[in-house]
Amino acid sequence: MAYTEEELKKNLETQEYEYGFYTDIDSETFPSGLNEKIIRKISEKKNEPKWMTEWRLDAYSSWKEMEEPDWSSLKYEKPDFQKISYYSAPKKKQNLKSLDDVDPELIKTFNKLGISIDEQKRLSGVAMDVVVDSVSVATSFKDTLSEKGIIFCSISDAIKNHPELVRKYIGTVVPQKDNYYAALNSAVFSDGSFCYIPKGVKCPMELSTYFRINQAGTGQFERTLLIADKNSYVSYLEGCTAPSRDENQLHAAVVELIALDDAEIKYSTVQNWYPGDKKGRGGVYNFVTKRGICHDRAKISWTQVETGSAVTWKYPSCILKGNDSIGEFYSIAVTNNFQQADTGTKMIHLGKNTKSTIISKGICAGKSQGSYRGLVKISPRADNARNFSQCDSLLMGNNCGAHTYPYIEAQNKTAQIEHEATTSKIGEDQIFYCNQRGIDTEKAIALIVNGFSAEILNKLPMEFAVEAKKLLEISLEGSVG
Amino acid sequence: MLEINNLHCKIEGRSILKGVNLKVNKGEIHAIMGPNGSGKSTLANVISGHEDYEVTKGNLYFKSNEINELSASERAHEGIFMSFQYPVEIPELTVTNFIKTAINETRKAKGLDEMSSREMLKKIREKSSLLDIDSKFLSRSLNEGFSGGEKKRNEIFQMAMLEPELAVLDETDSGLDIDALKIVANGVIKYSNDDNAVVVITHYQRLLDYIVPDFVHVILDGKVIKSGDKSLAKKIEDQGYDWLKKEKK
Repeated sequence: MAYTEEELKKNLETQEYEYGFYTDIDSETFPSGLNEKIIRKISEKKNEPKWMTEWRLDAYSSWKEMEEPDWSSLKYEKPDFQKISYYSAPKKKQNLKSLDDVDPELIKTFNKLGISIDEQKRLSGVAMDVVVDSVSVATSFKDTLSEKGIIFCSISDAIKNHPELVRKYIGTVVPQKDNYYAALNSAVFSDGSFCYIPKGVKCPMELSTYFRINQAGTGQFERTLLIADKNSYVSYLEGCTAPSRDENQLHAAVVELIALDDAEIKYSTVQNWYPGDKKGRGGVYNFVTKRGICHDRAKISWTQVETGSAVTWKYPSCILKGNDSIGEFYSIAVTNNFQQADTGTKMIHLGKNTKSTIISKGICAGKSQGSYRGLVKISPRADNARNFSQCDSLLMGNNCGAHTYPYIEAQNKTAQIEHEATTSKIGEDQIFYCNQRGIDTEKAIALIVNGFSAEILNKLPMEFAVEAKKLLEISLEGSVG
Repeated sequence: MLEINNLHCKIEGRSILKGVNLKVNKGEIHAIMGPNGSGKSTLANVISGHEDYEVTKGNLYFKSNEINELSASERAHEGIFMSFQYPVEIPELTVTNFIKTAINETRKAKGLDEMSSREMLKKIREKSSLLDIDSKFLSRSLNEGFSGGEKKRNEIFQMAMLEPELAVLDETDSGLDIDALKIVANGVIKYSNDDNAVVVITHYQRLLDYIVPDFVHVILDGKVIKSGDKSLAKKIEDQGYDWLKKEKK
């Protein structure tokens, strides 16, 4: 058979491509780039039903038409979306024999965080027998959950095992074409978590505390769907205080929460992705869409501690659709060195007598920039809606910046909206006062920052709060010279 | 205990202290007086190790060791305490938490274990009753929204808790009414013993009616120009500083 040179070249390319895909089946990565074929492959590889494939393709066709948003105050080099590989199987962690083989810097941080030796081993991929124990602990918790009818699994498993629930709710809070990154996520999401709490069930434990192992390595396009059925309650923890050193520069996650009538969801996040080095090189771009919908008398509460990532673009929001529903947002965002964070929330009041509370604390050090960007919207039929917002910024040194952009749209005269904002600086006089009492500068900063953050830290579940507090101290180490 | 030899110091290029000499022994109470801008507060800050004050000449000795190079927190660990003229506010940091941290950081520096909560509590109770401090006060944010009197009482309370060997009180009497003054002075008297020393910096003689000094020094234009006993303070109260200025010339 005769080939033209052009055809030959093409054929070779395809061969290489197929080779890349088929022979490396358990290792790993698709060729980089994004097109319909890749999306079909992702879906196929995950054995997804046809509707899911179509749903992804739908998202992809919207994404193609969209432009990357640039309204935030973030400055970064836009990622080249054709250079990203859109599917990586969980990489096998390098198996290290003992903690002696682990990067000592990482161990130092673990110790400062007070993470147990066993957990240190697990997080850094050291082979150990104790894993067996912790897996069995996890299993016994899973038993407890399933007795109550709680479904808690990966979203891939949920698509296979509970397609009716996924199909009913996915994309209902964050539609495929909601925004550029959400559309991208919808097209290519790799994995994530799924949780369903049945009617009237109070989830007996903080979800995911004991499942940190499962949370690791979910990849750069994570998708979470959490449904609290009528009159149920769940507290969900996401993330990890331990430093995450991820190779993927771009993370675009989507989280959807559905709180049906009288349900309550508490969603806490500690984010500590690699922020780049002291000179601002490297680091993760974290572009996340998180949103929850509250039906009648339901409540959603977002609590977040953001210390990582080079660039953070994140606005966990609540749609207060039901009457008497409540939305809350408690946030601490720390930026140091060259980090940038543009974060905040949207509270969309649609129902009557809806209430929202926003407390945002920004701590900026080094040459970093932190912004609060929030929207409080009261729709015409949301009678007697109330909002309270408080945005405080704490600056360290003279080279960082804190910005507040509160947007308010009130279309109902009965609305009560309050907004308070403060900016303060850690003063040399405060530091000297502490020094004079025998408290060194680093510890003094920790005291001041902890005081500033106390209101938010108190919202976190106990064990998380302790780690988060230490995390704040570590993130700001060396920020005052 | 404290020995200052020919101390010169500058802040932002401006000379403030121009050769201060002072010797304070265990068990003594010294008063330092002088008109505004004479260098009294500067002296307190230099003894405490404030970095903005540059020592250009002279030496500071504490317990026979030179401390010129020690940082403020190291000096605090050695046993130097300063009661601030303007105590600083730290929001959402409780008085108790602050004192607890201060005590334990000092203990850590000395290689001791943290003080047990029980011991801490006992001590807090004992010292706070001495200064007529309400327990509610202890869970308030450090100095935030405190009245002038509360701030100063809090300073002396911290001193009582930390039990320093040398206490430098920088205008602790300013902004106090007579009742608060008595409480504060009483706190200082209770603290003072044969093993420690107090340096009281003040404008007015009235505090010295309660805290009776063994020595009174007058600072003028960055130098100790006259030292004497309690009667010197009395004379200043009656006649002001003019006669000293003339004498100096």
